[in-house]
Amino acid sequence: MTETNISTKGSDWGYAPAPESADHFKLKEQYGLFIGGKFVPAGSGKRFATTNPANEKTLAHIADAGEKDVDRAVKAARTAYDKVWRKMSGRERGKYLYRIARIIQERARELAVVESMDGGKPIRESRDVDIPLAAAHFFYHAGWADKLGYAFPGKTASPIGVAGQIIPWNFPLLMVAWKVAPALACGNTVVLKPAETTPLTALLFAEICQEAGLPDGVFNCITGAGSTGAALVKHPGLDKVAFTGSTDVGKAIQKSLAGRSAKLTLELGGKAANIIFEDAAIDQAVEGIINGIFFNQGHVCCAGSRLLVQESVEQEVVEKLKARMEHLIVGDPLDKNTDIGAINSKAQCERIRDYLKVGQDEGAELFQTKCPVPEKGYWVRPSFFTKVAQSHRIVQEEIFGPVLAIQSFRTLDEALEKANNTPYGLSGGVWTDKGAKIFKVTRGIKAGVIWANTFNKFDPSSPFGGYKESGYGREGGRHGLRPYVKLS
Amino acid sequence: MSGNGVNKKSGRLDVRKTYKMLIGGAFVRSESGRALDVNAPGGKWLGHVCRASRKDFRNAVVAARKAASGWANTTPYLKGQILYRAAEMLEGRATTFREVLQSIGFSPSAAKTEVTQAIDLLVYYAGWADKYLQIFGSVNPVSSPYFNFSVTEPMGVVAYVSGEKRPLLDLVSGIAPIVAGGNTVITLSTGRAAVAAMELGEVLATSDFPHGVINLLCGLREELVGQMATHMDVNALVTQGADAKECAASRGACALNLKRFFPREANGKGDEDPYRILDTVEIKTTWHPVGG
Repeated sequence: MTETNISTKGSDWGYAPAPESADHFKLKEQYGLFIGGKFVPAGSGKRFATTNPANEKTLAHIADAGEKDVDRAVKAARTAYDKVWRKMSGRERGKYLYRIARIIQERARELAVVESMDGGKPIRESRDVDIPLAAAHFFYHAGWADKLGYAFPGKTASPIGVAGQIIPWNFPLLMVAWKVAPALACGNTVVLKPAETTPLTALLFAEICQEAGLPDGVFNCITGAGSTGAALVKHPGLDKVAFTGSTDVGKAIQKSLAGRSAKLTLELGGKAANIIFEDAAIDQAVEGIINGIFFNQGHVCCAGSRLLVQESVEQEVVEKLKARMEHLIVGDPLDKNTDIGAINSKAQCERIRDYLKVGQDEGAELFQTKCPVPEKGYWVRPSFFTKVAQSHRIVQEEIFGPVLAIQSFRTLDEALEKANNTPYGLSGGVWTDKGAKIFKVTRGIKAGVIWANTFNKFDPSSPFGGYKESGYGREGGRHGLRPYVKLS
Repeated sequence: MSGNGVNKKSGRLDVRKTYKMLIGGAFVRSESGRALDVNAPGGKWLGHVCRASRKDFRNAVVAARKAASGWANTTPYLKGQILYRAAEMLEGRATTFREVLQSIGFSPSAAKTEVTQAIDLLVYYAGWADKYLQIFGSVNPVSSPYFNFSVTEPMGVVAYVSGEKRPLLDLVSGIAPIVAGGNTVITLSTGRAAVAAMELGEVLATSDFPHGVINLLCGLREELVGQMATHMDVNALVTQGADAKECAASRGACALNLKRFFPREANGKGDEDPYRILDTVEIKTTWHPVGG
């Protein structure tokens, strides 16, 4: 199959627009901070705009929390912890989480559309992945709340206290669920700071907490940029800090907590190798490569951003990959046919474009698809680099965009050597039809989540988290409860 | 024994021991050529121990890293047998250890308790070597057609700073869970505890631990803890009995490569605790489709 063939076929069989409607709900013009069960303005009165990255239009104005607001939120969480939440039986706590899970399911389409508008991800993903998984996380953890005695054999688990949680913009509501569900199930109260480019679903989640009748102050949400997050981490009233984001910020948080007893878990960057052996089912592997790096525009910490392909099938895989990539539709996140939505923000778009330049300057060869992209908004066409060396920045550093680095290998040992040769260790993938080889490779990759003959699968019962500089602590499953309890 | 080691009955001059560190299976002095005096609590001079340098620590990390994958892939059954063998060796030298502990100020009964507890602790962790995975691992009921399981894996190279109050027990209670978890370890013993630690080196060297799995250093805490916390090829730091200042400095320095940091109280609580093994292992989750 040649490239020309493919693109001709593509133009013969175009897709008519199939936009998801956004008329069944109405966003407010402005949102306050959610403190002590109420929406309140920031003390300073400051606000910032959150925009739709697909058309650069403002969606709403959001309160910008300062130090005093952070202090109010932490105090509200402390009061709720001391007076209500820590005293409540696990069974009753669990019932609140079940209610929240149900309301997320009930408001699923609204949440999916807002997620796609605020963050740029394709509606197909927010509708079929983000929102259902967020509900599932609450449902799963609800059941743990009265069963913690079974989670830690030989120990008694008790809550830690007030948790400050900072989450990124790539899976806004899903990260709310990953952080808040285990914290509340284990009896802690929460002050959450969502990312400044994607605050809307966290604020809708605050409404959901009101609807669920969650006691005031158990969940608090303060919106703002990095300075708000820094003020939260600095607050002496926290017993626990949980952060998902970049490795640099994670390290800075660990340093700033150095003199304090507050516990810390970090879920940071990644540079996962997706290893394709010659005996793999190549067509399935190509789908896996696509899903690994182009899911959510590549804004995924566990993205399969490095392809390691066995030399004997390198040409075949690269050709098939090119052909498959040419079919990817980049465009309106709310269109049900869209495969790749908008890059989350202007800043991130520039960062990715910088890396595209860096890769070429380093001597790698860039391939990009020829699909049309809208004029307004932030877009990057599906891209990969060949002729890359292990030391190249595009191999060592997290790009967080739809950019794949392709390397080849001859032996299994060489594949593992290359896979492990970065400071990260979050995830990895392997494709082969040989069972024994699967186990050898999944054992050999130094990373917390390994997908064999699949990629980018998630489940509330499945622990997620990194080795090395990808952070520490796990989220999900029985292991994900550990960061939110004291054991005695 | 008289002051200079001449046996009063036979008139024979004792052959003294040179306390050496254990790095990569070899008994060595510090590359720096430096030594520290060890005195009994009353002030009586007992001898010299090495004062390990930053370079000694780095050499030990190289040895530990070299041994890491072999030890990680040693079967749990064999790890258990080797830990049990260490208990056997320590039991066989219990008298020597009681004497060493008494020479640094332990009463006979306290020395006996310390030695027997250390032996029993090795037996305890020997038994965990092939069991903790069953306690801490899991098969996860994902809601999609995949088989999904989580296992423990060693972190790699762990640095351990031992306390002084319990020269033998602090060391064994630190080492045993770290190596039972499949890691290799570099330990630091300080003050008088160093003589017991160096003596333990001779036990560990005859217990079938592959070279480099356990590396014992002695020296000054304030000189070496910072090196341990900042070394880029160390995966975790466990400390016993750090004060608030050292804890803060270590936690901050560990951020450099996000090495895991576990400060422990030097009160002996929780010596027997499989959750100590959990501290220095990672959880790895693997997915595979179920289908035709």
